[in-house]
Amino acid sequence: MELPDDLLYTRTHEWVRLDGTTATVGITDHAQCELGDVVYVELPDQGATLERDAVFGTVESVKAVSDLYAPVSGTVAEVNGALADQTELVNQSPYGEGWMVRLTVAPDCDTTHLMSAQEYERYVQESGH
Amino acid sequence: MTIPDDLRRTPLHEEHIRLGARMVPFAGWQMPVQYAGVMEEARAVRQAVGLFDISHMGRFRVAGSDAEALLQQTTTNDVSALSPAKAQYSLIPNEQGGILDDIIVYRKAPSDFIVVVNASNRDRDLEFFRAHAPSGTSVEDVSDATGMVAVQGPAAQDALQPLTDIELASLPRFGFAEGSVAGRQATICRTGYTGEDGFEVIGAAAHIVELWQALVDAHVVPCGLGARDSLRTEAGYPLYGHEIDETTTPVEAGLMWAVKLDKGSFVGRDAILAAKQAGPSRKLMGLIMEGRALPRQGYSIEAQGEPIGVVTSGAFSATRSIALGMGYVRSDHARNGATVDVVIRGTTHACRLLPKKDLLTATITS
Repeated sequence: MELPDDLLYTRTHEWVRLDGTTATVGITDHAQCELGDVVYVELPDQGATLERDAVFGTVESVKAVSDLYAPVSGTVAEVNGALADQTELVNQSPYGEGWMVRLTVAPDCDTTHLMSAQEYERYVQESGH
Repeated sequence: MTIPDDLRRTPLHEEHIRLGARMVPFAGWQMPVQYAGVMEEARAVRQAVGLFDISHMGRFRVAGSDAEALLQQTTTNDVSALSPAKAQYSLIPNEQGGILDDIIVYRKAPSDFIVVVNASNRDRDLEFFRAHAPSGTSVEDVSDATGMVAVQGPAAQDALQPLTDIELASLPRFGFAEGSVAGRQATICRTGYTGEDGFEVIGAAAHIVELWQALVDAHVVPCGLGARDSLRTEAGYPLYGHEIDETTTPVEAGLMWAVKLDKGSFVGRDAILAAKQAGPSRKLMGLIMEGRALPRQGYSIEAQGEPIGVVTSGAFSATRSIALGMGYVRSDHARNGATVDVVIRGTTHACRLLPKKDLLTATITS
């Protein structure tokens, strides 16, 4: 399971990369592996306001449908348009080309509820899923 | 997900584990849902050749002087028209004209048949046949003594031929033969559940492992239940519990080609005849989605906001990258080419209706 050290993770298997007031969000390698082949990704419109922990989209694989939860509050600055017809990017590159949304967040964005790579790895192992 | 321990294992269980399959519970069995990935496996079957463990399916031997009469009475297709070395798709009806199971009947000899049934219905089917069996005709469950694999895809014949002395090129669709397969006696039938050319092989439980290994060594791609379901949906084939069950008639399911009303009396004949004369209130149709969201079993089908049907199965085509499915649609809306909506998570998604046999070749626009 690939887990980049520079990202923060949620209990619902999203990752977030914070760069100043930009937060890039996607789903983890573990999540895409559990889902299997992703065939459909539904994302919010640019400009939408997201509250932390609110559902902001859906990712659907041949096996299951899963909601996407916002790791932090913010405004949608950009969505990954490539996922409209290249959903396999989520499987092939969950931390790279398979990213889902970019949010503009407050400069003092709270991340204390998020996990480090090590904490997330332990969480996945302990929860057995 | 934790797999319950009381599930049955097929003779190929160790092979699945060795190949890194993800195992899931299915109809009381522990079965591989995928190895490399559903889409990759489905593509292998459409473009080359794939291998499926279908040992979980039930296999009965029906033999004795009245074996034909028993199957005529308990199945919908005409067994008297079935010559030895040929198989036929058929249904087990109930008295109400519903469907207890869909099956394949193989005639080995005039009074010796093999019947292959769905894993989920094995016990009930066995009981049903035995309840109707006259003395002198036996119905034996040979499922555990045997194993079964499917070799499916345009390259299926090329992959299987080097392992057998049966002349595969001369086997017609639904024809079968017994011969040496991977060094031991087995039965090969030109049947399948994928919409591709291919074969289903029944052999002794211990032997099926050697056959599986030989095919894997020959680069036939192991495929799980995920690919199997995707491929059969794309081919417009019904699955028990989705398109057909005790409450659906062959008339609305579009399966009257497997029902021979003029063959004489059989279980449910009068009810099916009445349903045919009344005309179906709903019809099973193919669905081609305009977008990529998958229709799934139970989703509502609407026309201008009015519910007109329900989705029975959905799949994503691995080779065409389109979402498709099947569903029951009220007869007055069940027109080829009609655009209707599937309600997916509270939002309507447009889809086109078409005959289910056309799902395999359809595109989004035509």
